[in-house]
Amino acid sequence: MADISSTPQDSGSSSRRDETATMSSRQGTRARLQFPHPPARPDQKADFSAIVVPEAGILPVPPLDIDASGCRELAVGMVRVLDKNNRPVGPWADYLGDLSADRLRLGLRDMLKMRAIDRRMLNAQRQGKTSFYLQCTGEEAIGCCFQRELSQGDMNFPTYRQQTLLVAADYPLEQLMGQLYSNELDPLKGRQLPIMHSARDYGFFSISGNLGTQYVQAVGWAMAAALTGTGKIAAGWIGDGATASNDFHSALLTASVYMPPVVLNVVNNQWAISTYTGIAAGKSETYAARALGYGIPALRVDGNDYLAVMAVSRWAIERARQGHGPVLIEWFTYRAAAHSTSDDPSAYRPRDEARAWPLGDPIDRLKAHLIARGDWSEERHVQAEAEILDEVTAVQKAVEAHGTFVDPQPISPAEIFLNVYADMPEHLRRQRQEMGY
Amino acid sequence: MARMTMIEALRSAMDVKLGDDPSVIVFGEDVGYFGGVFRCTAGLQARYGEERVFDTPINESAIVGMAVGMAAQGMRPCVEIQFADYVFPAYDQITQEAARLRHRSNGQFTCPLVVRMPTGGGIFGGQTHSQSPEALFTHVAGLKVVIPSNPYDAKGLLIAAIEDPDPVIFLEPKRIYNGPFAGDPHGKSVPWSAHPAGDVPEEHYSIPLGKAAIRRQGSAVTVLAYGTMVHVAEATVEQTGIDAEIIDLRTLLPLDLDTIRASVAKTGRCVVIHEATRTSGFGAELIAEVQEACFWHLRAPIQRVAGWDAPYPHAQEWDYFPGPDRIARALQQAMEA
Repeated sequence: MADISSTPQDSGSSSRRDETATMSSRQGTRARLQFPHPPARPDQKADFSAIVVPEAGILPVPPLDIDASGCRELAVGMVRVLDKNNRPVGPWADYLGDLSADRLRLGLRDMLKMRAIDRRMLNAQRQGKTSFYLQCTGEEAIGCCFQRELSQGDMNFPTYRQQTLLVAADYPLEQLMGQLYSNELDPLKGRQLPIMHSARDYGFFSISGNLGTQYVQAVGWAMAAALTGTGKIAAGWIGDGATASNDFHSALLTASVYMPPVVLNVVNNQWAISTYTGIAAGKSETYAARALGYGIPALRVDGNDYLAVMAVSRWAIERARQGHGPVLIEWFTYRAAAHSTSDDPSAYRPRDEARAWPLGDPIDRLKAHLIARGDWSEERHVQAEAEILDEVTAVQKAVEAHGTFVDPQPISPAEIFLNVYADMPEHLRRQRQEMGY
Repeated sequence: MARMTMIEALRSAMDVKLGDDPSVIVFGEDVGYFGGVFRCTAGLQARYGEERVFDTPINESAIVGMAVGMAAQGMRPCVEIQFADYVFPAYDQITQEAARLRHRSNGQFTCPLVVRMPTGGGIFGGQTHSQSPEALFTHVAGLKVVIPSNPYDAKGLLIAAIEDPDPVIFLEPKRIYNGPFAGDPHGKSVPWSAHPAGDVPEEHYSIPLGKAAIRRQGSAVTVLAYGTMVHVAEATVEQTGIDAEIIDLRTLLPLDLDTIRASVAKTGRCVVIHEATRTSGFGAELIAEVQEACFWHLRAPIQRVAGWDAPYPHAQEWDYFPGPDRIARALQQAMEA
């Protein structure tokens, strides 16, 4: 291994080299860099022993106008509602009050639908019917539940792994899948890579593949909402990996300065493609704790606990709506699937890592809670899974009839010249003619 | 001599330089343990250790900013931006810092770094995995801009780039990472092992920056191209039977004007091709240079084939990509005028 503190061979005179030698002898030891490592690699056993999972029900519900200085235990701890027996406990359970069985079954249904869509579309990509897909397996509770707590007119600024928001907003599956197949049902006319949805009427901002950019835009949207008095809020979404981006920090700074009605969500799913979350976190305790330095209240939450997601979403959205300013929520979860259909996680993490994840699976946990309440059963679950899969498959077949990559019914190429500008300039008209349209 | 894909040739270049120069260092997103999303750095961390090859946070301006600081001290960072489409947070560090450090410090500090990035379309990547931003770098004084079209050149040029005393933007046409591409997405895919330029020496060699290569000798018309479009041009010329001279620019900045001038003086006709959008694209610079240098030799208006002035689309990729039909039309127009 090369000594990187030594003078590079092509630079410098002997006098500079002597100076380096003097300096290092004067200072004694060489500084060593840190290179964070994941707990386990493919040839090792999954190891989450370093993750502390606090008991459910031990953290308080802070007042809506709390400031960052009062949030430390919430930012370094973890809000959890469901206990070992799948019963809601503690102040956050009390905050939720009595929940109807229908509301909880709706949550379960949203998540089952999401997982069915992911399975069907992964399969479609494997069959060559679309160019690309990306699942959110294991993270379903977060977006599915958060969306159900928003109001019409609120706006999410999602990443490409928040298709959950669309599902729980009851976005028509025909449009969602049309986008994935780039066929005539695609509201975006084939322009965008599959999974880069945009659905303004459903509170879903246009997705960019460039990471982090949406986070500070959420702050701007929230500022505009405040300036124009709409009473609506914005929700920014970002993954743990992209908290490293400039725009994450820009968002925290501007949110801290102007105090707009924005909920800033960090979905910490432990992996950024092959890169372990420690590369984004460095020596920070938690991503939530990072917000405290910006003066923004923050909480870390068990993202696989549907009830914890509901309680904290409700609290944070209410805080923003009542004008108490921004809040950051770190949703602690695990990316159980590959990053995308272009990725093979067995090359960088243990195959059984998802099974070893200490916070379990969000669907299994909500199902167990509903069963514990007496509002669900194994039989009903199996039946619901089958019904939802049938429903998703039926829509998929109908959407595929409008074209897939295997059986294309192309959107007109001239579409690419529309909506570049509000009014098509002359040079684009000429190019469209040259194209033959 | 070994058979290599462009990915393997690039890896071999970094391997050679990591091995023969302790100041060379390689980093970027997913570059370390995993070896990059296109696997260009696979195995290098295992071989050279993580002080030489490592993963970074997802922050392109940090990647290039760190590289500037290291390079200023005399190291030779060769960093990867995962896709050229993601380079823009680093645009400040590249264009305002790396490019000017030598000049503004009057040589006290220099910036011998390489920024590698996959560029161009052809993989159904949509607007954030397909762009060709070369002109955004050729417009900047102090940068060198390189784009290879085959494994042999990729290795020789990357070694030259790492050894260069100034910052080099190294654009890697991702469509031809694994084999040449004739422009027909439904055509048979050809691996680099079936192409002469897939023969790559294992050892050190370099190809000087600023030197173009003539891929096909011809007398009827000069074709200026680079990256993926060199292969599309070759295939089109083959199909049309026009006796074109195809010049693979290899380095866009500094430009090998001597080779271009000699060819156009001979043919009197010129077609310029690139994937990037047309308006203010690098083709505009090429046309201006050819016009200035060869005006009295020209027998026809210079033709330009480029991406349409729209964001790179997903589903309509092959209507957008300047393929053989459009190139053939431009060749005919250049010949008929």
